[in-house]
Amino acid sequence: MEFTEEHELFRRTVREFVENEMNPHVEKWEEEGGFPAHDLFRRMGDLGLLGVEYDPVYGGGGADHSYTVILGEEVGRTHCGGIPMAISVQTDMATPSLARFGTHELKERFLRPAISGEHVAAIAVTEPDAGSDVAGIRSHAVRDGDEWVINGSKLYITNGTQADWLCALVRTSDEGGYQGMSQVVIPTEVDGVEVSRKLDKLGQRSSDTAELVFDDARVPVANTIGEIGRGFQQQMMQFQNERMIAAYQSVGAMETALERTVVYLKERSVFGRPLIDNQHIQFELADLIADLELVRQFNYAAADAYIRGDDITRFATIAKLKAARTARRVADVCLQFHGGIGYMEETWTARFFRDSRLWSIGGGADEVMLRTLARMDGLGGD
Amino acid sequence: MNVVVCVKQIPDPADPGALDPDTKTLKRDTKLILDESDSYGVEMALQLVDAAGGGEVTLVSMAPNNEVGGIRTALAMGAAKAILVSDDALQGSDALGTAKVLAAAIGRAEGTDLVITGTESTDGYTGTVPQQVAELLGLPSITFANHIEIGDGKAAVHRQTEHGYDECEVPLPAVVSVTAGVVEPRYPSFKGIMAAKSKPVDELGIADLGIDAAQVGWAGAGQEIVEIEPEPEREAGEIVEDEGDAHERIVAFLDELKVL
Repeated sequence: MEFTEEHELFRRTVREFVENEMNPHVEKWEEEGGFPAHDLFRRMGDLGLLGVEYDPVYGGGGADHSYTVILGEEVGRTHCGGIPMAISVQTDMATPSLARFGTHELKERFLRPAISGEHVAAIAVTEPDAGSDVAGIRSHAVRDGDEWVINGSKLYITNGTQADWLCALVRTSDEGGYQGMSQVVIPTEVDGVEVSRKLDKLGQRSSDTAELVFDDARVPVANTIGEIGRGFQQQMMQFQNERMIAAYQSVGAMETALERTVVYLKERSVFGRPLIDNQHIQFELADLIADLELVRQFNYAAADAYIRGDDITRFATIAKLKAARTARRVADVCLQFHGGIGYMEETWTARFFRDSRLWSIGGGADEVMLRTLARMDGLGGD
Repeated sequence: MNVVVCVKQIPDPADPGALDPDTKTLKRDTKLILDESDSYGVEMALQLVDAAGGGEVTLVSMAPNNEVGGIRTALAMGAAKAILVSDDALQGSDALGTAKVLAAAIGRAEGTDLVITGTESTDGYTGTVPQQVAELLGLPSITFANHIEIGDGKAAVHRQTEHGYDECEVPLPAVVSVTAGVVEPRYPSFKGIMAAKSKPVDELGIADLGIDAAQVGWAGAGQEIVEIEPEPEREAGEIVEDEGDAHERIVAFLDELKVL
């Protein structure tokens, strides 16, 4: 992946936006258990950060995927995991299918305001009985004339309490399994869409997470994204974007965590010398820096494949798996090298330890990545 | 309303490089960025042009190796074009040499109503270039502006002082230096960054400006850097243990620094 002067300028814009407009508010947003998504997204939309790859017809930047890599890395440097996750839901989890398969009218109504930041979007796939096993989804839409009548519930929905619309995966026929599902845009203002619970989480506290209930919610059939009955396949493609952005963000997060730890270790003196002078510490950090570099370069190879138009299932699977596992090690070592103060809530290491844990669970758990890879490589079915 | 903004491209303060012991100057062979203190001038100029309802912002910069990294940032913010002077003969230029080059380059921009500069650069800190540029151009100048309003062929300026500001007026065209922090520089947007790629940068050498090499660079420098030495290590701070009187000791300390 080659970066040009424009890439570097874009990186600087995102980095400065994160440093000036996000990091100073992180403590408050973490404490409050939420952040002002509409305000923040509007300002990001003004800078063109919410739709770098999308069609300029709808206000997007029309750029290639390399700019998404930079956006992910730099947003990942935010001093918490919650806000980057909320942003990536908007840019790479709830909108890719709409951009790929949506009709012009649907994109005008929902993609354009998501790119400008006027709307906050959420992705609604997971249910109480269907997480990694997407085929187990029960929420269903029954056609009544030109409308879907939707019933069911969705769980762990990021941006769920603030979203203007959901990219929801629901059953639109009784075929069962992977068949008969569709992606439908559900505006949250329609009757019958309720936030039943705001969920309390181990980490990612600045991001709101909700349980949503659909009770005879009526939306036009014209809100269907792409083909009726192809929702599962479309969502699987959308998951690739989700996994890649998680891998990109984790690089920025690990990078900044290691930088902050090195600063601390240079200042902190134990037994008469700075901790960084300890060879064990140097080697542990060097080992992590090496692993981080492998993840970063693998991400770049994956992004190049995406730009070429290749199927990136294998790339996205490995990138997400290894990024998440590396981040868990980085979080553990950074906390360990801070010692007692690293365990204190007032130190960033405590938050990073909690927040980074989600990468091995959300967007398809590590075990789903392993299962996918095992199948792809002919190691067996389940 | 056409505004020229002088912008300096400097080594990234986050990775500032080093002083060259032979030339006793800052090594500038790394990638250069827009001096943050000039981003306020760029923003001020963009706002003034916007308020005037027309015109454009032209950047003027002097840098080694035709470096445009910092200029692109200012173009991405919204400036229309740039004049860049780059010439091996400029190496070692002092403040006056720099002012001669900038003044000549500003002369290339047509229909200039106002020239904006920062008060001083982040890497050089001489703080004398704006006034020298004004003198060389034969224009009036106001320094340390924290507010500018244009009307009736004049600029009404608030000139920052230690205790407030002076209200000044100057006929246009004029040279005004603006202090840091007076406006909030915009972030270059994605579209701005992409548009900056195709904005014109007029790259000139000193011959193009009719400047004699003997007048600039090491040859023309009237200033000499006699000695350089590394910044002293930061001394350890004093830890105040609170035994009920910590606040008094902190106040006394601040009082001694005359910051209260």
